[in-house]
Amino acid sequence: MKINKHIAVSDSGFVFNPVTGESFTANPMGIEIIEMLKKDQTVEEIHAAVLDKYHTDNTTVEKDVAEFFELLKNFSLIDRHETTEN
Amino acid sequence: MEKLRYERPLIKRLDGNMPNKFGMRSDYTPKTHIEGVAVKDLIKQYGSPLFVISERQIRDNIRKARKAFETRYPRVQFAWSYKTNYLDAVCRTFHQEGSWAEVVSGFEYDKALHNGVEGSKIIFNGPDKSSADLEKAINNNSLIHIDHLDELYKIQELSKKQNKTARVAIRVNMDTGIYPMWDRFGFNYENGQAWTAINKIMQSETLELVGLHTHIGTFMLSPNAYATAAYKLAELARNIRLKYNHEINYIDMGGGFASHNTLKGAYLPGTDISPSINEFAEAITTALINSDFPQNKLPLLILETGRALIDDTAFLLGSVITNKRLSDGRRSTILDIGVNILFTSFWYDHKITPAQPFTQYTEDTVLYGPLCMNIDVVRENINLPLLNNGEHLVVHNVGAYNMTQWMQFITLRPRVVMIDTNHQEHVIRDNETLKSLLDLEHVPDHLTKFDL
Repeated sequence: MKINKHIAVSDSGFVFNPVTGESFTANPMGIEIIEMLKKDQTVEEIHAAVLDKYHTDNTTVEKDVAEFFELLKNFSLIDRHETTEN
Repeated sequence: MEKLRYERPLIKRLDGNMPNKFGMRSDYTPKTHIEGVAVKDLIKQYGSPLFVISERQIRDNIRKARKAFETRYPRVQFAWSYKTNYLDAVCRTFHQEGSWAEVVSGFEYDKALHNGVEGSKIIFNGPDKSSADLEKAINNNSLIHIDHLDELYKIQELSKKQNKTARVAIRVNMDTGIYPMWDRFGFNYENGQAWTAINKIMQSETLELVGLHTHIGTFMLSPNAYATAAYKLAELARNIRLKYNHEINYIDMGGGFASHNTLKGAYLPGTDISPSINEFAEAITTALINSDFPQNKLPLLILETGRALIDDTAFLLGSVITNKRLSDGRRSTILDIGVNILFTSFWYDHKITPAQPFTQYTEDTVLYGPLCMNIDVVRENINLPLLNNGEHLVVHNVGAYNMTQWMQFITLRPRVVMIDTNHQEHVIRDNETLKSLLDLEHVPDHLTKFDL
């Protein structure tokens, strides 16, 4: 899973895609996951990091992160030529 | 290290277009407690979903309503509208506050008697009163509000047979300038039906015309319509005085005052547009005082207000079953609260608040109930914080018509808890069980066995 390296992410949750000119807002969890993707962390590493830091369970994280990736794909923030598995 | 509260990841595109149809978010704090009791504790103890009623709020509402009318008019009587919420604990709270009972069926009539209301303080409305119901009402000196001529003749016949005078009023429908005009109940003012009924009553030996009644509509947002109705009833009373030298005892203005719920399709929220009880009181009492009634013979003013007194006293607590994304990208959340127990979600965009702390991040969401039926939509669109499975929500202003119009459909009806003025909880209606339903069913012998 490769996030588009050109996108700009601010700490306050503002996401800008200079390729399309579109702007987004993300919540802190969304920003954390985008930052992890920018560091080329795998899906499994992202799951583990979220489970380690937050009060939740594996099923919820797996479902929510998968859906978040779908949103990133729909917004063209993930390179569509990449496979979904890293 | 203590783990942090989890919130699912969210990203939203920023659009600089027209405002969306989901509207602006207006609620920034969770509803964690009701009358000092934690929502999560209520759900833990009594289950989810759960109706919770505040006794304090009921008493506050009726006291404010009485004050609004009694400070403007010398003789006022409230009658609790049973159909709005006929749980015994609710009715008895209103009766303790001095309200009579207003019923619209034999079942409700018997419930009022069971609650200890004297027959003479029961107002019997509605188009369907059986002979047995009417005999009982005549015998108990109840106030029978006649809906149609067949009923008038039936009461006349029964009162003769019982050799007892029936205390009656007629329900009058009329044009008060509002749309739609309610003309299906009672006798019309403008075309003379009301006067025909009055003549028949006045010529009867066993019927005593004690009052005039109207109920101009439901969820009324115009106090002026009530003023028009009061003028028209006062005019009828004046004509009765002139023609028959007969004074009526009371004018019953019915109910229909809007609560602070928001009607579907309304541009502004109910909290902004619903008139206060003071505005209704001002319109009605001014019209009566300015009418032709001699000031020393002003009739008793009866009010059958239901919704405006009970809606904001009750909450429906529920839980998130799951979150899903629909094919068009919208978020949907499935709750254990459906239209089966939240009947008013067909009319209102209820205020819905999470019961636990949340962040400022929100998502446009469709709220579905738990029923396996396409009609089960609690809100077509709402801007809500991100909710995790198992988290709780509170639906506000559900006191009117839900605990009477709820359906036993697909699933069973939940408990109802009342929190008293000392913050003590009382289960005032148990949850249904399979047994509650099977007790009513009978299987013919030939259907008892089968092989599959």
